[in-house]
Amino acid sequence: MTSNVFEYAPAPESRSIVDIKPSYGLFVDGEFVDGHGTSFKTISPATEEVLSEVAEADQADVDLAVKAARRAHTRVWSRMPGRERAKYLYRIARIIQERGRELAVLESIDNGKPIKESRDVDVPVAAAHFFYYAGWADKLEYSGYGDRSLGVAAQVIPWNFPLLMLAWKIAPALACGNTVVLKPAETTPLTALLFAEICQQADLPPGVVNIITGAGATGQALVGHADVDKVAFTGSTEVGKAIARAVAGTDKRVTLELGGKAANIVFDDAPLDQAIEGIVDGIFFNQGHVCCAGSRLLVQESVAEDVLDRLKRRMATLRLGDPLDKNTDVGAINSAEQLARIRELSDIGEAEGAGRWSAPCELPAHGFWFPPTIFTGVTQAHRIAREEVFGPVLSVLTFRTPAEAIEKANNTPYGLSAGVWTDKGSLILKMAGSLRAGVVWANTFNKFDPTSPFGGYKESGYGREGGRHGLAGYLKGGE
Amino acid sequence: MSRVDVRKTYKLFIGGAFPRSESGYSYVVHDSKGAFVANAALASRKDARDAVVAARKAFGGWAGKTAYNRAQILYRIAEIMEDRRPQLVQAVRQSEGLSGSRAEKVLDESIDRLVWYAGWADKLTQVVGNANPVAGPFFNLSTPEPTGVVAVLAPQESSLLGLISAVAPVIVTGNTAVVVSSYQRPLPAVTFAECLATSDVPGGVVNILTGDASTIAPWLASHMDVNAIDLLGVAGDTELTTSLEVAAADNLKRVRRAPAAEPDFATDPGLDAMTAFVETKTVWHPIGV
Repeated sequence: MTSNVFEYAPAPESRSIVDIKPSYGLFVDGEFVDGHGTSFKTISPATEEVLSEVAEADQADVDLAVKAARRAHTRVWSRMPGRERAKYLYRIARIIQERGRELAVLESIDNGKPIKESRDVDVPVAAAHFFYYAGWADKLEYSGYGDRSLGVAAQVIPWNFPLLMLAWKIAPALACGNTVVLKPAETTPLTALLFAEICQQADLPPGVVNIITGAGATGQALVGHADVDKVAFTGSTEVGKAIARAVAGTDKRVTLELGGKAANIVFDDAPLDQAIEGIVDGIFFNQGHVCCAGSRLLVQESVAEDVLDRLKRRMATLRLGDPLDKNTDVGAINSAEQLARIRELSDIGEAEGAGRWSAPCELPAHGFWFPPTIFTGVTQAHRIAREEVFGPVLSVLTFRTPAEAIEKANNTPYGLSAGVWTDKGSLILKMAGSLRAGVVWANTFNKFDPTSPFGGYKESGYGREGGRHGLAGYLKGGE
Repeated sequence: MSRVDVRKTYKLFIGGAFPRSESGYSYVVHDSKGAFVANAALASRKDARDAVVAARKAFGGWAGKTAYNRAQILYRIAEIMEDRRPQLVQAVRQSEGLSGSRAEKVLDESIDRLVWYAGWADKLTQVVGNANPVAGPFFNLSTPEPTGVVAVLAPQESSLLGLISAVAPVIVTGNTAVVVSSYQRPLPAVTFAECLATSDVPGGVVNILTGDASTIAPWLASHMDVNAIDLLGVAGDTELTTSLEVAAADNLKRVRRAPAAEPDFATDPGLDAMTAFVETKTVWHPIGV
């Protein structure tokens, strides 16, 4: 297949809707203030263009933010009737919808993800989270966890879904009457800072939401702050373990959403066209920067060849390039550092003997890019089958029986998600029951909803976000 | 000439068998007045590891049983305990220094606690599970599943009621347990093990180690094939609980932190001891023709 069969005219979304300031401070106690650390630059990973300079919060800044959150909790937010808190959250949900295009464009610029994803997934699902949890604020007594808030929540989020992860963290925390200090990832701070403006626009009382920017040291200072009651973290398993150690011996409550190495299991009776779409969505959605990505394809031996042929054919049609182009399927890798990691693990995969194949696509000259790639002939001992690549890299393994598929799928320290593709209902239920993973998608993949709890088994972390279960991590009765 | 009685050897309970400690060590157990009662096996690091292997091996079968079946088996334990009242009352009296009638009450409460938990086997899913109304054509269901192998540091003071209150909630949901008994009061735990061995509980579902939690627990807390740990038995020792929590982070064990002091087990236990050791699994099924 030649690439010009699917020649498209460029269809870029206009970036004129966003107004990126040359520099940003910290959002503390309802106002933007200067940080006292060393400010840093955030760039567009698609072009390496510097977008803005962002303040770094040092220990003293963290302390001010936690104090503001504590004050707001004690004096305002925990005392406010739930139905009033709810209305602030509804306001925020509405403003996210109203400013949806702006948020989507900004997210794609700062993160590198395709506009069709930020527009159709990140932003609407973020709004939906606020809308969902708004409704809980005055119904907590029916949640099963009581209605007593914890206090101040320290929240640290990753760069793969900056606004959506913010919503997953802030919406339930606020609904339950907690106040928050949130640190976005250092490579993707801009939508969180725009969210701070949204809080102002919603007239949210000062100190209820505080956004502080910085890298690992800022996060450590926040998580380790003595006056924090709750730590919520989404990110790598390594940092998750460090946080678990840091809070040992304290009363801090913790929820951790960490890494994954999900098996996407395709049986020979699966609807193959749908399965191929699910495999592609499972690993190439958001450039594979997804903790629940279906990064291990387990395909039944009898259809392995067919599946691989179809998969390669489909991958050849993926359009990689400008994140703001509405036709783009695969955007930029978020950072040079992440690109280096993906390259390193891919090279190791090749060195260890797996067969490497990448979709034939041209990579832009500037920015950070990696083509959609699969590895065949992968064994369970290969590092690409064991370690989280967090990029558009799929390892393909085969199996013969359901028992073998279960054993291989569960042979990982992670346990975040899994996929099953078959036409046989009883097999789906058998597999779903046997997979040690917090989310199982049957004949679908990468579906998210505010009502649906999300979180892992084993080293993928603990606690759930989303749904009624998502309240447990923010209420005293949820322990 | 009076008859010489046959005294019991108090052993560990691992994988459904009653081995001595592989280390060959035992320790002297006194009654509440300080008189010699028995030599109990002093569990070692290797015993703890053997117990983890047994618990892991038993996990799939136990978790895979129907909830109704697990309920019946827990209820069966209560039946056997009722049957062995004199022995258990004696063990509690010796260990805790209670009067006969107080010890009877403790046993009543222990058996009733077990019956209470037995009933939860096929109800917890209904109370903490959810159908989730997602915005799309999907049937979406969240259900609790057992976490896996749980290390339980049983309370030091409450040698029977505390023990049951710590073990029953762990196993009723399908977890398997490696239990470290009270150090100074291990005999009710050994007798409880004998009840387990005769009540349809598959070998390895509950493994009971007698010995010193402060020396065994670090190996359990750092063991990579243990999924969770209940620190109840080292309540009050903040240095130890902190170090155990740090060790537990190596594979992100679920940790049930210890309260500042051993709680009063006569109060309503609530759901916490069960929900601390379950995982929520959410499954999405498409709806369509």
